[in-house]
Amino acid sequence: MTDKNQIMKQKYPIEAGNFTLAGEASGQIKKVLKQLGVDSNIVRRVTVAAYEAEMNMVIHSVGGNLTLQVTPDRITVIAEDRGPGIPDIDLAMQEGYSTAPEMARELGFGAGMGLPNIKRCADILNVHSKMGEGTLLEAHFDIKAR
Amino acid sequence: MEKYYHSVTLDKEKCRGCTNCIKRCPTEAIRVRDGKARIIGERCIDCGECIRVCPYHAKVALTDPLDSIYEFPYRIALPAPTLYGQFKNTDITAILIGLKELGFDDVFEVARGADYVSAFVKEAMKDKERKKPAISSACPAIVRLIQVRFPELIDNIINIESPMEIAARLAKKEFSRKKGVKEEDIGAFFITPCAAKMTSIRNPIGIERSWVDGAISILEIYGPLYNKIANLKNDEDLLQTASPYGILWANSGGESSSLGVDNYLAVDGIQNVIRVLEEIEDDKLTDLEFFEGLACSGGCVGGPLVFENGFVAKNRIRKLAEKAKGEDLSTEEVMYTKEKIQWYFEKEILPKPVMKLDDDITLAMKKMEAIERIYEGLPGLDCGSCGSPSCRTHAEDIVRGYASEMDCVFKLREKVKELAQQMIEISEKIPGGKTNNNE
Repeated sequence: MTDKNQIMKQKYPIEAGNFTLAGEASGQIKKVLKQLGVDSNIVRRVTVAAYEAEMNMVIHSVGGNLTLQVTPDRITVIAEDRGPGIPDIDLAMQEGYSTAPEMARELGFGAGMGLPNIKRCADILNVHSKMGEGTLLEAHFDIKAR
Repeated sequence: MEKYYHSVTLDKEKCRGCTNCIKRCPTEAIRVRDGKARIIGERCIDCGECIRVCPYHAKVALTDPLDSIYEFPYRIALPAPTLYGQFKNTDITAILIGLKELGFDDVFEVARGADYVSAFVKEAMKDKERKKPAISSACPAIVRLIQVRFPELIDNIINIESPMEIAARLAKKEFSRKKGVKEEDIGAFFITPCAAKMTSIRNPIGIERSWVDGAISILEIYGPLYNKIANLKNDEDLLQTASPYGILWANSGGESSSLGVDNYLAVDGIQNVIRVLEEIEDDKLTDLEFFEGLACSGGCVGGPLVFENGFVAKNRIRKLAEKAKGEDLSTEEVMYTKEKIQWYFEKEILPKPVMKLDDDITLAMKKMEAIERIYEGLPGLDCGSCGSPSCRTHAEDIVRGYASEMDCVFKLREKVKELAQQMIEISEKIPGGKTNNNE
């Protein structure tokens, strides 16, 4: 019955600077994964990572898409934005490093925990960024046999 | 016992099949089918939201009639502290005496049970290994909500019995010792503001069998009790034993303030509780130590089975608590009680993943895609006319096999239009050789 090649994709557009909608995409992702019957601990890790990725795009990017991709043994969260890009990814991966603007800090963001938090939650994390073009973040989660 | 016992049930006669309850249910547990509401047993958490919103009073909570207490040779009333807030200018002692005059041999305040639970929880919170935030198990509807919607938070629930159970156990032991009667001859009856508590008596969480023998709703007892209180004959010197803290458990935040925890959140109203549980689940409230979530607005005072306006009752409870005579429990008393009775859950709380589409993830994915496809074609008005709470749930119900697309009035209208069009087309295709005789 199990079709290893089966794949499900859901794409959520993310608007830069819009704190009203912020968190909605990751909220949807959580709901979908719960309905798929994914183990609750994995749902939790994916949701936390998706939320951080979503907030990163809201705060730092000019906009992009958050995509959930599910196969029977892997969940992938893809955050793809249209810029401006991360100048130094290694630095951005360090806890406490943040370039969040004042507006975001006033709302309690910008603690420099975004990317480190995603890394902590994901089984594999890839981040590619090119200044002026944008950032592509891929967080993979294994659906372990229950 | 039935697979899913629920206190909340439908009075079919009164139901008009409107959409009020389906739209307010926090676990999407109600559908309208064949013109009547239907509660999906495995999803219902007995929160009582539907009882509150039904304009035709078709949603009811089954509780025990007052007469049922006479099935036991000896009877003890266990009044929820919420009961104290129901009567104007009446002190707690008068209410307790009134209960005895109604036919109970003794009264044990559930608020005193709450004093014990506070002490137990306080101690449990000292455990460094405990998952933070610790989540109160006081509200049975919230515990059931967590089973259904937040299984990841089950381990955060404090595995300590409710004030009602503690009160029942202590009351029976004490009465049996004092009067020299057998514990099984004593019936303990909870005077309840809450439907979920009734369910917890019949179908408890965390324990095999409840020590409470029945629940009588505050609404049912209000009239007879009011009469007794108004004409109290007895002026016995009955001891009011609960402390102010125990009494305040009736109000939202009462339990939290009894614990002396600095960083707590007390949230009431089930939709508000859901919003905060989402945040806890998403690890957004990392420094929170204790979370008290109560399904009813204002706390138990806002329960579906109360007589008095919850806000009025809340204020009365606050004032009565100030005058409460009960003292804090001593460490020895707490230790001694822990040895004497079962005070923590003996059974694990299990998740109830009723929201998931299929046990097999590949099939679940296929169903999810079908849902998305169907949902795209629905009008997105969430009108509820199909009997499901929203277009999204309608799509889910179709895929789960419980509904059809034609239950949607808009889809039906489209279809009728299509058919009418086809009929016109067909009527125009009458073979030329035949004459029309319909003149």
